[in-house]
Amino acid sequence: MNTANLSLFGKTKALEHKVDEFLDVLSECNIFFKAAITYFLEAGGNGAAAFQQKVKEVNSKESHADSLRRDIETELYEQALIPDFRGDILSLLEDLDNLINLFEENLINFSIENPQFPAENHKELKMLCEQVALCVESCVMSTRAFFRDIKAVRDHSHKVMLYEKEADKICIALKTAIFKSDLPLDQKSHLRNFVDKIDQLANEAEDVCDFLAIYTIKRAA
Amino acid sequence: MELSVLFFMSSGLFLGWSLGANDAANIFGTAVGTRMIKFTTAALICSIFVLLGAVISGAGAAHTLSKLGDINALGGAFVAAFAAAAVVAWLTILGLPVSTTQAIVGAIIGWNFFTGMATDFSVFKTIVGTWFLSPVLTAIFSYFMYKGVMWWLNQQKFHLISLDAFTRYALLFAGVLGAYSLGANNIANVMGVFIGANPFGDVGFLSGLQILFAVGSIAIAAGVYTYGKRVMMTVGDSIAPLTPVGAVVVVLSTSLVLFLFASEDLEYFLASLGLPTIPLVPVSSSQAVVGGVIGIGLIKNASNIRWGVTGRIVVAWVQTPIVSAIASFFMLFLIQNVFAITVFQSVEFEVSQPLLERHAKHLDVKSLQSLIGKKYSTSGALKNEVDTLLPHAEYKPELRFVQDAKIEEITVDPSRFPELEKGGLLTRPQIDAVRALAGKTFKYRWQLVDAMAQNSETWRMKERTVLNKPYNKEVDHRLEIVLDLYTAKMK
Repeated sequence: MNTANLSLFGKTKALEHKVDEFLDVLSECNIFFKAAITYFLEAGGNGAAAFQQKVKEVNSKESHADSLRRDIETELYEQALIPDFRGDILSLLEDLDNLINLFEENLINFSIENPQFPAENHKELKMLCEQVALCVESCVMSTRAFFRDIKAVRDHSHKVMLYEKEADKICIALKTAIFKSDLPLDQKSHLRNFVDKIDQLANEAEDVCDFLAIYTIKRAA
Repeated sequence: MELSVLFFMSSGLFLGWSLGANDAANIFGTAVGTRMIKFTTAALICSIFVLLGAVISGAGAAHTLSKLGDINALGGAFVAAFAAAAVVAWLTILGLPVSTTQAIVGAIIGWNFFTGMATDFSVFKTIVGTWFLSPVLTAIFSYFMYKGVMWWLNQQKFHLISLDAFTRYALLFAGVLGAYSLGANNIANVMGVFIGANPFGDVGFLSGLQILFAVGSIAIAAGVYTYGKRVMMTVGDSIAPLTPVGAVVVVLSTSLVLFLFASEDLEYFLASLGLPTIPLVPVSSSQAVVGGVIGIGLIKNASNIRWGVTGRIVVAWVQTPIVSAIASFFMLFLIQNVFAITVFQSVEFEVSQPLLERHAKHLDVKSLQSLIGKKYSTSGALKNEVDTLLPHAEYKPELRFVQDAKIEEITVDPSRFPELEKGGLLTRPQIDAVRALAGKTFKYRWQLVDAMAQNSETWRMKERTVLNKPYNKEVDHRLEIVLDLYTAKMK
C-alpha cells in the first residue's frame, strides 16, 4: 500500500524526492562521464571493460532520468501544482535532461568511433573533462538552490560561468594543439568534433544557468 | 404553501445568487486568480461551507432579523431585495467586487424615500468610511505582512513544492472559514426578511428556519457556480499580478483587518485585561480584499497595479448604494402603482406627554409641546415638524425621538407565553417579568420595554461601556425575541 498518499503532505514529499533524485542522476552521470573518459584514455580506448561499464551505467541512468522527468511533469500538470512556475520548471527539467542525453551521446560516440587522442593531448583532455564536471556540478547545485534556497542560486550560477570560460579556454588550446600536430586532417577533424562535443556540456550548463537567473528573478519578486 | 410567498421569496433568492456571485471573490478570489485552487474546487468548497454556516450558525442565532427587516411589508422587502440584487448582479457581470450589504442599505434608503420614512444618514458616513478605511488599512497590513512572510520564508528554505503545498492548504483553510462565516453572517440578509412568512415546516432534525436558510444558501451556491469566476479573476488577477504567497497574505491581512478593527469580541477582550482598545471602524471585506491586492502590488512596483481596473472598482463601490436606492425607489413606484402590490404598511406616529418626558434629556421638549396629540402617517413628516420647531436639534436624538413616536399598540397576549419558554432562550426572571404584564396594552414599543425592565432587572441595560457591551447586546437579543412575538409580522 502506498502510504505516501495517506499523509497530508505525502504526495508533496514524494514529488520533492523525485526532483532531488533527478538531480542526483544528473550529478552521477557527470561523475561517471569523467571517470569513463579517464578509463578510455588510460585503459586503451573503447575496449576497456571499465569504460564500457561506465557507458552502460550512464545509459541506464539516462533512461531512469527520462522516466523521472516524465513522472514529475505529469504530476505537476495533473495536480496543477506550482501554477506560477510550472512552465519554468518544465523547461528547466527539459534542459537538464538534455545535459544527461549529451553525456550519453558523448560516451556512445567514444564507444563507437574510438577517437585516437595522441598521448600529449591526454592531460588537456582530462582538464577539459574536469572543468566540464565542475561546471555541470555547479549547475546542479544552482538548480537545487532554485528549489530550496533562492538566494544561493546566484553563488552557484556565478561559478558555472567561471568554469564554462575555463572550459572554453582549454577547448581552444586543445583544438589548437590538435591542429598544430602532424596528424592527418581527417583525424584532426575527428578529434575536434569530440573536443567540441565535450565543451558543449559546459555551454549547455551555462545556458541552463542563464534561464535559471531569469526564473530566480521571477521567484524572488 | 402560498404562491405569493414563493413569489416574494424569489427576490431573496436572487439576492442570494448575487451575493454568491460577488462575495465568493472575497474568499477565493486570490486563490483562483493565482490558479492555486481550481474554480470548480473553490466553488464546491464555498457552496458546502456557506450551506453549513447558514444552517448551523445562521439559523442558530437568536437574532436573525435582516437589515431589510426595517421594511414593514413583504412587497416592499421583495422590491428592495430585488433592487439590491439587480445592482449587485449588474456589477458582477462587469466583474467588479462590491459590497452586497451596501446595496441592501441603499435599497432600504430608497424605500425610506418612497414611503416618506426618516432616514438615518449617518449610515452614509459609515459606508463612505468603508470605501477609504477598508482598502487603506488592508493595503498597509498586506504590504508589511508580505515583506515579513517573504523574509521568514527565505530563512526557512522550504522546497518550492512544499511551499506550494503549504500555500494551497492555507488558501483552502482560509476559504473554508471564510465561506462558513459568509453563510453564517449573510444568510439573514438574504432570507431573514422572509422568516415571518416561512412556508417550510420542521423536517427531521432540521427546523423550518434552517430549511429556509438552506434554500437561501443553495441560491448563494448557484451564484458562486454561475458567475463567481468573473469577480474572482478581477480580484486575483486583474488588479495586480499576485504570487500564491501574496494570495495567502491578502486573505490573511483582510481577515486581520476585519478582526482588529471590527471585532467587538477583541475589543471586549482587551478592555477586560485593562488594555487600551483598538477603535472600531467601518470595514467591509469586499473593499478590504481589493486594498490587500494593491498593497502587494505596491511592493513590487506601483506600475504593476492596473489603476484603470482599480478606478472602475472604486466607481462601482460609489455606485452600489446610490444606484440601489434609485432603483429601489422607482421599482417601488412601479410595483405599487402598476401591480397594486402593498409595499408598506401604513403606520402612525404620535407625540405624547410620556414620549416628550422620555426625550427631555436630549431634546428641548418644551418647544415640542404643540405637537402633542398630532398624528403623522410617516416618520419623515414628523421629523420635518420637529426640524421646524427645533432647527438646531442634534440629528441622532431627534431621529430616536421620531422612531419612538411610532404607535404599535402592543398587547401582551397570555396565550403566547408558552412560545417564550421554547428553546430556553430566556431566563426564568425574564419570562416572569413578561408574564406579569399579561393582558396589558402598550402604545409604544419602548413602553413595553420599560415595563419589562421595571419588573425585572434582567431586562435592564447596563451603563454603555466596552465591558458592558456583550451584556447589553445579549439583553437586546432577548428583547427582540419578545418583541418579535408581540409585534405585527411583515405581510
